[in-house]
Order: sequence, then structure tokens, then C-alpha cells
Amino acid sequence: MDLKKNALEIRKDMLIMLNKAGSGHTAGPLGMTDIFTYLYFNFLKVNPKKPLDPNRDYLILSNGHICPVQYTVLAHKGFFPKTHLATLRKLSSPLQGHPHRTQLPGIETTSGPLGSGISQACGVALGLKLDKKPNRVVCITSDGEHQEGNTWEAILLAAKYKLNNLIVIVDRNKIQIDGNTEDIMPLGSLKDKYKAFEWSVQEINGHDFEEIEKALEKADKIKTMPSVIVANTTPGKGVKFMEDDYTWHGKTPSEDELREALEELK
Amino acid sequence: MTRSGFGKGLLEAAKTNKDIVVLSADLAGSTKVSEFAKTYPHRFFQVGVAEQNLVTTASGLAHTGKIPYATTFSAFSPGRNFEQIRTTICYNDQPVKICSTHTGLGVGEDGATHQMLEDIALMRSLPNMIVIQPCDDLEASKAAIEISKVNKPVYLRLTRQNLPQVTKESSKFKIGKANILRKGEHITIIAIGPLVAPSLEAADKLKELGISAEVINCHTVKPLDEKTILQSVKKTELVITAEDHQVTGGLGSAVAELLSQKKPVPLKIIGVEDKFGESGNYKELFNKYKLNSKRIVEEAKKLIEDF
Ligand SMILES: Cc1ncc(C[n+]2csc(CCOP(=O)(O)OP(=O)(O)O)c2C)c(N)n1
Ligand SMILES: [Mg+2]
Repeated sequence: MDLKKNALEIRKDMLIMLNKAGSGHTAGPLGMTDIFTYLYFNFLKVNPKKPLDPNRDYLILSNGHICPVQYTVLAHKGFFPKTHLATLRKLSSPLQGHPHRTQLPGIETTSGPLGSGISQACGVALGLKLDKKPNRVVCITSDGEHQEGNTWEAILLAAKYKLNNLIVIVDRNKIQIDGNTEDIMPLGSLKDKYKAFEWSVQEINGHDFEEIEKALEKADKIKTMPSVIVANTTPGKGVKFMEDDYTWHGKTPSEDELREALEELK
Repeated sequence: MTRSGFGKGLLEAAKTNKDIVVLSADLAGSTKVSEFAKTYPHRFFQVGVAEQNLVTTASGLAHTGKIPYATTFSAFSPGRNFEQIRTTICYNDQPVKICSTHTGLGVGEDGATHQMLEDIALMRSLPNMIVIQPCDDLEASKAAIEISKVNKPVYLRLTRQNLPQVTKESSKFKIGKANILRKGEHITIIAIGPLVAPSLEAADKLKELGISAEVINCHTVKPLDEKTILQSVKKTELVITAEDHQVTGGLGSAVAELLSQKKPVPLKIIGVEDKFGESGNYKELFNKYKLNSKRIVEEAKKLIEDF
């Protein structure tokens, strides 16, 4: 499996989908494409033919607005036909503007309202432990979500119960809707904050597949506490005119912009 | 978009009333308060994605005599911070203005998580709270100004989508005073927000059928203008309500509570019927969920035939 090539194809399909939808989020999904590609093709135990397999690993997407990347990766993985992608955000589509658990195979929970994903992942992790099951729980969350109190309530809980079956990955792209995170509500060092909350912490480049691999392998082996991987990512990654620009948080490419982007992603 | 009118009215009110301060939860652009933030940077507080902190900080500011406008999407305020609004704003009786955009199916493509359909029910149930939904840009602008003048908590419900102009520059906007937009004899249609224009359209169609409908824009859901509604209903003895909200707990419920106790008459509540919304263009959604003039005409004919 050539992860790089795969991620490139996913970025292209995703931009085509977003252009067709005419509304939705672009920067976050592009920034998280490498991590999603790695997770679904190299890490998570999931079966596209049996999405509710009781032995599966759970992926809880907390920052639901980046669902375009999860939708595109799930389609590439075979959870549903790629033709569905063209229906994003249209009436009666299983691809809702924000992911809906009952609509699409592979979606574990409904999200969109920010800050409740780590809590839900903690609940899943606690339930699995009660049943003495080995399934792993991976929660994807964003830096912006660390401004919500609910996130920190969950961080305390995961440490209290030593949820070693939980891996949280933070999309540290330093943007949110109204601007850069450090201007809107400074988050500072998430690494130090998680350490103080007694988590096992790693910080990586979220576009380097080797670093992603090593971090996940290490997180998997930690048995005494929950693990977090703070992934430094570039919002809009792969399309120069979208990179590190918060105004791409919640808009989609026009025809011209799509053409230019696809040219760059060759 | 009643959110644009809101932004304009807010600026206007802030010019003369220096106590007005604005708080945003990472949605200053979308809720149209960025102009305020630019004009009065020291009176603007960006709290980040933190809706509980948004309203509780606002409540604290009110302790010092400020008039805080706490702004974000309605799914998150009051959707996420109900208890904080209840205790620190309503029970404290602080004049915090909860101004929330992106309400109802009108949100469109973002889908059900963002299509807040239960907010009127939540806010209407709170003692001290005033609940307002304007029907167009102009009215939203007037509402934004008027709410600064009442020393009470207010919930101002605004739309993401554009709404056709219904009111005029000269139209009066008084909190608690419903406006009769069309006089009629046979049936009363009481509507708010995006359902006001379709109600007027329905009244036009009904007129062609020989049915004369009275149309009331009930912009203030709480306190309800009992006098105007009862006067109309005593004449027509048939009522339809229409709103982009669940049929439980909204405008229709407020009217039903009044009429069932003071003037029981046949009533049809038009709204979303115990369902979540979904993604799609808002016009398609309004048709799918039957929040349109065609539905109002049908229900009016049914009421007239049945009673
Ligand atoms: C509870 C809640 N409040 C507000 C919003 C509106 N909102 C959607 S995305 C977003 C920015 C969050 O920052 P982040 O997740 O870091 O955004 P990104 O990096 O993807 O641009 C906000 C405020 C929301 N979806 N949920
Ligand atoms: Mg971010």
C-alpha cells in the first residue's frame, strides 16, 4: 500500500466532492487526510463489509465538521460506493453536512457540535473494559475543541480510569473559524497541558507517515494511562493557496480553484 | 438574513448606549457582530468555542451594569448552556441578551445537528425570559435596538437564510405587541420568522377562494400578546399557527395554552412534527417538511370545512 499515493487520490476526490456540494469545510479535512489514510489503511481493525463487527476498533470523530475526509476515506476503504460522494449535503443523502450515526456505515457517532467526542470515546472505552474486550478506541479531536469545558472534563475522567484502550489524536492546525487559535483563545502547549493531566503524550508531524506509525505503535503499548498524540498539521495541506489560511475553514473551492488545486495534486 | 439586520441594529444601539458589550464564541463573522468588534474592540470579548463560558461571563458583566449581547448559533446557545442561562441569567434576572442565529430547518446544508428546532421551547419555559423572533431584516434590526432598552433577559432568535421583506421602515416594533399584517374575518393565521411571508401568501390564495384570513406577526412569543390574539380569535374562531420549530413547546404551544384556557377554538399548529431535520437546501427542506404557503392554505380549508 502506497500511503502517499492513496492520500493524494483521497485529497483529489474530496475536493471534487466539496466543490460539488458548494458548502462545507476544506482546510481541516485536507490537514487530516494523512492521518485518516494511515488509520483506516494501516491501523484500525475495521471491516467495511461488517461495519458493526463487535470486534472492531472504534473511531470516534469529535470535530464532525471535518467529515469530508472521513467520508472520502470510508468510500476508498469500501464502506460504501464512491458515487455517494457526489451527494454530500444534498437532500436525502447519507452524507449529511455533519456525520449522522444512523445514516452511513462506518460512522460510530453523530457529531458537529464540538467538544463531546472525547467523553463519548471514554464511555466506549469504559464499556469495553467492563466487558474485558481488547478493542481499541481512537478519538479524533481538534485544537478548537480544547476551548470547550466538556473536553477537559473528559480528559480528567480518562486519566482517573486509566483508559489505556483510548488514543486521542489532536488536529493541532492552529486555526478555527474566526482566526488563528492563539488569537481567538490561546491554547499554548497542549503537550504540557495533557502531561499535567497525567496522560501519555507524544507530539508529531501529522503529515509524516513514519512519525504517525511510530506514535500509534507506542500509544498502543502504553498500559498505565490514556494516550494522546498531538499532531501538528497544516490546514489546507497539499494546496498552497489554502494552506495555513483560516478563511478556508468553512468554504469550498469554486470551479477555478478546484482546477488549480487538482493541478497541484498531480 | 435576519442575522444581518441584527448586526446593523446592534451597531446602531451601541452608538448611543455605551453599556452594550458583545461576546462571541468563535462565530463573530457568521453571527454578524464583526462590525461591532471592529468599531468597538474594547467592548467585544471573544471567548472561543465555549458556550457555557459565553453566557456565564455575560452574566458576570451584567453585574457591573453592562448590557451583554451573547452571540453564537442557537444549537449551542441555548442548546448547550441551558442551565447556565437558567440560573445565572434568568434566576439572577440579569439583562443578558442571548442572540442566536442559525435556527430551524432554515440552516440548510449543515444538517440536523445545527438545525435548532427546540430553542423556543427551552427559552419560553424560563421565568423572566423574553422570547423574540423577527420576520425580516428590518424587524431584526429594530429588535436588536429595542432589546437593549428592557432591563430583562432576552432570547433573540435569528435566521441564517435570507427572508423576504415583509415589514416597512415605518412599521412599529414594540416588544410584546403583535402586529396585524392583514385584516380578515374567517380565520386567524399567527406566524413568526420565516413563516410570516408564506402566511401572507396563503392569505392571498385564500382570498381567491373567498376566505378572508387575518395574519398576525407574533414576533414576541413571550410575553404573548394575549389581547391582540384574543380579539382576533373572538372574531374568526379558527386559528392556524406557523413556525420553523418543533410543534412541541413553540409559538403554537404558547397560543394553545392561551386559547385552551381563555377562548377554546379549533387550532392547527404548523411546525416540524417531532422529527430531526437533515441536510439540504432550505427551500427544499421547507417543502419536504411542509412549512410553506400551500400547507397553510390546505390546513385553513380543512379547518373551515370541518368546523
Ligand atoms: C459547540 C459548538 N460550538 C461552535 C461550533 C461552530 N464551529 C464549527 S467549527 C468551529 C471551529 C473549531 O475549531 P477547529 O475545530 O480547530 O477548526 P478547524 O481547525 O477545522 O478550522 C466552530 C466554532 C460548533 N460546531 N459546535
Ligand atoms: Mg483547528
